[in-house]
Amino acid sequence: MIVSRVTALGRVGWEFCQRIGQSGFFLSSVIIRRPKFSQVFELFSEQLYRVGVLSLVIVMMSAMFIGMVVALQGYNTLQKFGAEQELGQLLALSVVRELGPVITALLFAGRAGSALTAEIGLMRATQQLDCMDMMAVDPLWRVIAPRFWAGVISMPILAALFNITAIFGGQLVGVHWLGVDSGTFWSNMQAAVEFRGDVLNGIIKSVVFGFVITWVAVYQGYFSEPNSAGISRATTKTVVYSSLLTLALDFVLTAMMMGGW
Amino acid sequence: MSHNVESIVTVQGLEYSRRDNPIFRGIELTIPRGKVTAIMGPSGTGKTTLLRLIGGQIVADRGVIEVNGQDVAKLSRRGLNKMRRKMGMLFQEGALFSDFNVFDNVAFLLREHTNLPEDMIRDLVLLKLEAVGLRGAAFLKTSELSGGMSRRVALARAIMLDPELMLYDEPFTGQDPINKGVLMKLIRELNTSFGLTSVIVSHDVQEMLAISDYLYVLANGKIIGHGVPQEVIKDSNPELKQFVEGLPDGPVPFRYPAEPLAQQLEAI
Repeated sequence: MIVSRVTALGRVGWEFCQRIGQSGFFLSSVIIRRPKFSQVFELFSEQLYRVGVLSLVIVMMSAMFIGMVVALQGYNTLQKFGAEQELGQLLALSVVRELGPVITALLFAGRAGSALTAEIGLMRATQQLDCMDMMAVDPLWRVIAPRFWAGVISMPILAALFNITAIFGGQLVGVHWLGVDSGTFWSNMQAAVEFRGDVLNGIIKSVVFGFVITWVAVYQGYFSEPNSAGISRATTKTVVYSSLLTLALDFVLTAMMMGGW
Repeated sequence: MSHNVESIVTVQGLEYSRRDNPIFRGIELTIPRGKVTAIMGPSGTGKTTLLRLIGGQIVADRGVIEVNGQDVAKLSRRGLNKMRRKMGMLFQEGALFSDFNVFDNVAFLLREHTNLPEDMIRDLVLLKLEAVGLRGAAFLKTSELSGGMSRRVALARAIMLDPELMLYDEPFTGQDPINKGVLMKLIRELNTSFGLTSVIVSHDVQEMLAISDYLYVLANGKIIGHGVPQEVIKDSNPELKQFVEGLPDGPVPFRYPAEPLAQQLEAI
């Protein structure tokens, strides 16, 4: 009984290590592939549109509502201490440091990550990837690499747009609805937000999240079982793993940034 | 039953297992150049796996597979790609790229592997589509094609670079009699007019007997019979006879192995 449980545990550990090794090898294969320069722009711009531009609506609408809610909640709390003029500072720091990169990453995982996994998984199930391979066209370069780099580049841009929209939404509520002085709102924000400590750290976070989410998404799609249940499992795994990794990495990165690296 | 025609593919002592389940146990075969060779056998005997081994998509546990005298397992990535440019493969469901229309699917290989101008690509694509009778469907979406049309488009795409060797994976599965007839005619005509060598994996006995120059029949990881169609039909091997005549019971049993029914019912 004990032996069989230890064996089962060992097998799970062995499979986990295999998966980690496989995903690392897969990532390095995608990164080092030499592109065919005549096609790079066309393939990459198409994926940038699908992964990035098509995620804009959900990211910006969410940002608007989140900015408005943070302003509303923040104002009520700050008012108790007579500090409602600090609303701009509270809003900007919350959004730029944490909410922008993290919420964008979670939305990106749900919208673009799941779509990437499903698309690649379906290409696997319908033998399109095998067919490409048999035609001497490398699917890692032709299919995976453009999607991977489009995801890595889209994420920080989406996070920046999230920040701008959320601050705009917060300003609408704070200044135009709740009556915080516009000059004070913006000047307090400008005085409190540092480029390196806040903005740059937020950008670093969003690049890391984009890298990890897209890696998980393309890996899960590429190695999904070639049937409908397999694609469904892979899509679910993409959203679950990339959301958990985003939150865990956010803690690690924040701790490193707070500790001054 | 041996043949001494110059061969394009030779398989020697092939052994291959999947998750400890042996698929091939010492297969020996040769594919004669310029002929249509059929590889037949019941479902699940590894016919498609054999095509993947010949194409270098998977590697054998033991044995040697040579294509044009080159050991496929020893080829580098670049060498493998060079070999595959001389090979075409028709996948079971066609495997057309769903993002592209018919024209772009057929033009795919030319755009990937050549620097030909677009007007020349257009002419070549239309000629290949004409060869499979679908020039009029050039600008349809892949979702607008029937199963038979999809396979014909995939066939036009596979022969785009004029391969020496064509591999067909179950080309007749799920096709109505008209489409089967069209595909059989195309396979035979293309083999003759383009000077190809064709390997067809299938379990459609009558179609294979009609179209092929040479047949191999696989079962239980071994070759149970081979020869020209007339020889295979007359072969008295009971395994081969059961497969060719479609007998429901025989060496391949009708019932999956189980304990006696009475014993199992009593246990309940």
